[in-house]
Amino acid sequence: MNTGRVLATLAAGMLFGFGLSYATMIRPEVVLSFLRFQDFGLMLVMGGAVVVVLLAYKLAPRLLTRPLLDDHFHEHPSVWNRDTAVGAALFGVGWGLCGVCPGPAIAGLGAGNWSLLWALAGIALGALVQGLRAK
Amino acid sequence: MSISQSLLPLGWQHYLLGGLCIGAGAALLFVMTGRIGGMSTVFSSTWSYLLRRPFFQQRRFVDSRGWRLVYAAGLILGALVWWLGFAGGKPEATSVPVWQLLVGGFFVGYGARLGNGCTSGHGICGLGSLQLPSLLAVLTFMATAFLTANLIARVLS
Repeated sequence: MNTGRVLATLAAGMLFGFGLSYATMIRPEVVLSFLRFQDFGLMLVMGGAVVVVLLAYKLAPRLLTRPLLDDHFHEHPSVWNRDTAVGAALFGVGWGLCGVCPGPAIAGLGAGNWSLLWALAGIALGALVQGLRAK
Repeated sequence: MSISQSLLPLGWQHYLLGGLCIGAGAALLFVMTGRIGGMSTVFSSTWSYLLRRPFFQQRRFVDSRGWRLVYAAGLILGALVWWLGFAGGKPEATSVPVWQLLVGGFFVGYGARLGNGCTSGHGICGLGSLQLPSLLAVLTFMATAFLTANLIARVLS
C-alpha cells in the first residue's frame, strides 16, 4: 500500500472515529438508552451517516472513472441466508447486552475508556471462535 | 415537555453532526481508495497474522488486513482528537459491568462475523448502497437488541 493510500485510509478512519465520539456512541449507556427507547439519537447518527455514504457511493462512480488513489471502486454485495440471519440475531443479542459494537469498541480506546478493552477482547474472541468453527 | 425533548432528552445536534462525520469518513475512504469501510472484518482479518488455518488465510482477509488495521488506527486517533480537543481530556468511563462487556462483546464479534457485518457494515455501508439483505440484517439485529436490552434492564433492576 503506498503512502498516499495509507494517509487517506488513516484520515478516513479519523473522521469516522471523531464522528463516533462526537455523537457519544462510544458511551455504552447512550446506545443502551436508545435500545430501551429512552433516547432516539442513534437514529440521527445512523441516518446522517447513511445519507452521506449513499451520496458518495452513487455519485463517485459517475463522476470519476476510478478512485483518486486506486484503480477501481469495490462493491460488497450482501446476501440474505441462514448465516446472515443467525449472525445478525446473535449480534443484536450481544449489542443489547453490552451497548458496544465494533467501531466504538476500537474508537473508545482513543478517549481513554479502558473498560471498553473488555468488549474489544470479547469481540476479538467471538470473531476467533467464528473463524475456527467455520468450514 | 415537547416531543423532541422526550424523544431526544440530550439534544439532537451532536447526534446528527457526529453521524455526518461518520458518513464522511466512509465516503472519503471510498472516493480515495474505492473501498467499502465496515468495521467488523478487521476482527477476522487481523487473526490471519497469527493463525495458519485456511479460513483466516482467505484472500479477502489477507489482502485487506493491512488497510483495515490502518483504518482502525485512524478510529483511535480520531477519538483522541475529540477527547483532547472537544471533551477536555476527562477519561471516559462506563458503568456497564465487565461481564456484560465481555459476554456481550463475544456475541457481537461472533454474530457480526457470521452475519458478515455489523452496525457499520450492514447499517451504514449496506444501507448506503441500498442492499435489501443488509436492511433485513439491520432489522433483525435491532429487534434482538431491543429485546435483550429491555429484558436485561428488567431482570437487573
